[in-house]
Amino acid sequence: MREITYREALTEALREELRRDPTVFLMGEEVGRMGNVFGVTKGLLEEFGEERLRDTPISETAIAGGAVGAALAGSRPVAEIMFADFLNVCMDEIAKAAKWRYAYGGAFKVPVVFRSCAGHVPYGGGTDQSEMPEARFLNMPGLKVVVPATPEDAKGLLKSAIRDDNPVIFLEHKQLYVTKGPVPEGEYLTPIGRAALRRPGKHLTVAASGLMALRSLAAAAEVAGDGIEAEVIDLRTIKPLDSDTVIESVKRTSRLLTVEEGYRSAGVGAEVAARVAEEALEYLEAPIRRLAVPDVPIADNGVLSDFVVPTVPRIARAMRDLVKG
Amino acid sequence: MAVATTTLRHLYEMMLRERIFEERILALIPTGRLPAHYHLAIGEEATFQGAMAALGPTDWVMTTYRGFGAAIGKGIPLERIAGDCFLTLAGTTKGKGGHVRVVDPARGLLGFSGVLGGEFAVIMGAALSSTLRRDGRVAMAIFGDGTANRGTFQEAVNMAALWRLPAIYLCHNNQYAIATSMARSTSVPNIADRAAAYGIPGIIVDGNDVEAVYEAVAEARRRGLAGEGPTLIEAKTYRFRGHFEGLPEWRPLEEVEAWKRRDPVALSRQRLFEAGALTEAEDQRLRAAIADEVDRAIVAGESAPKPAPESALDDVYA
Repeated sequence: MREITYREALTEALREELRRDPTVFLMGEEVGRMGNVFGVTKGLLEEFGEERLRDTPISETAIAGGAVGAALAGSRPVAEIMFADFLNVCMDEIAKAAKWRYAYGGAFKVPVVFRSCAGHVPYGGGTDQSEMPEARFLNMPGLKVVVPATPEDAKGLLKSAIRDDNPVIFLEHKQLYVTKGPVPEGEYLTPIGRAALRRPGKHLTVAASGLMALRSLAAAAEVAGDGIEAEVIDLRTIKPLDSDTVIESVKRTSRLLTVEEGYRSAGVGAEVAARVAEEALEYLEAPIRRLAVPDVPIADNGVLSDFVVPTVPRIARAMRDLVKG
Repeated sequence: MAVATTTLRHLYEMMLRERIFEERILALIPTGRLPAHYHLAIGEEATFQGAMAALGPTDWVMTTYRGFGAAIGKGIPLERIAGDCFLTLAGTTKGKGGHVRVVDPARGLLGFSGVLGGEFAVIMGAALSSTLRRDGRVAMAIFGDGTANRGTFQEAVNMAALWRLPAIYLCHNNQYAIATSMARSTSVPNIADRAAAYGIPGIIVDGNDVEAVYEAVAEARRRGLAGEGPTLIEAKTYRFRGHFEGLPEWRPLEEVEAWKRRDPVALSRQRLFEAGALTEAEDQRLRAAIADEVDRAIVAGESAPKPAPESALDDVYA
């Protein structure tokens, strides 16, 4: 299979959906002429024109709220919020998107995608441009939350998100744009709400997403040398959360480690752990272990951010601790 | 431009329908049969009905919590509106939204923003969608003078003006944000003054003159469809009731009484009488017919089934 980057996969998804459906359009800061600050929308303006590739003022509230209005009125907007921390600016608009259908007894569909780049880069963002806010949206009924880890999923999930009749928060990881991986040539969709088993194993289950899924895979390869076989599950979508896949795995491995780039309290790991505790506690042979960013903001200084964000060595150590006790 | 007499008759009838419906709601409140509390727009009917009548049948509208006028103006059957008041299945939202969330996607009534000011951007987006889809609609946000102070106004109106979208921003300025007067909340004397910051027309009209409101909104609609961009309209009016039923009155009594002497429904009737377009007898018949329509709507709305408790779990996702 051909290999392309995560960024190229996203561009393909957008191009294909813009071609397929005339009601799809993009708006956001620098999505048009610049082609997005990371190049994700590069080349699209030339093909689809300014009407459908709309550069906006610095107005996150109007970008997000406008996208909600456009979705209610029959379009399929893809609203880009440059950095995930900026989603805080338009939180009411996202809450509106999430609640609109329910508030009116199912009278409306709200097919909007909020694309945003999330996650930290050492020396590349600091406290206002480094968050992985997936858990914040896990707590909002009516939303779907997607966090792709591979180029194949980035494309397939973005296409599914655009076709979904519900609001979707689509979080792209800054560090992953340049990563390469196999992506099928033809049309395909990756379903929202289904986790992927990335590596089978029998000694423990690891649940993670995005960059943390990849780091968990690297850590699993490392501990394999010690005879520890970690089963790595890439959650892919945080909401709906495919906890069934995790629970089935835990029933086989009897141990659970969650790894995330978000904050520890009320994080994704906390939710996964709670569900496993509710449904498979009797299968556990060790306490559930959560690796997450401790409850501190993520500093720009890589010396500090590497201390709080789970790294491959720390994930590997947690795997060993969990299995060897 | 003179408004045709048949249009004036229609406007009067719509105002009367809104007035009689809201007065019936007011009369029902002491019975305890109505859930929730009510923000009535009695006294502001000219603004709501003048604006709604100037729109096309499927133009997008977001209204306020004082928004029965928009639902009635959209032609939503009164029994469905009453169903939303009683939170029964006769309503428009399966008993979920309540009287402040009467909607009708087919007629373009999108709802309201309980977080005030959310409507500015949503309406900008609906107008954008209409432009992209070339479906010949405009989108109108109806908001109060208090809501005009939300920051969302700046982002949304700037973008609507920048892109020359067919949006109408209609402020029903009833002079008070709950109990805070405009003088105590707003740095300029008129909301319409802010239009200059966006390079769009800022029109002030007498919100108790239904003809004036109708003409202003009709012109804004024309501009929008012609690609000339949004219009900010400030209709100066007054609510005869307090912020919501049950709250004490803070406003000076003489101010309230002065505005009641400019009752928009009475003004409209007087104009029709003077034009020879309505007789006392016709007016009595019209009132009786609407009162009967409202009676039947209340019965139908109240007697319809309530939602099943477990339906609380429905309609989160499409």
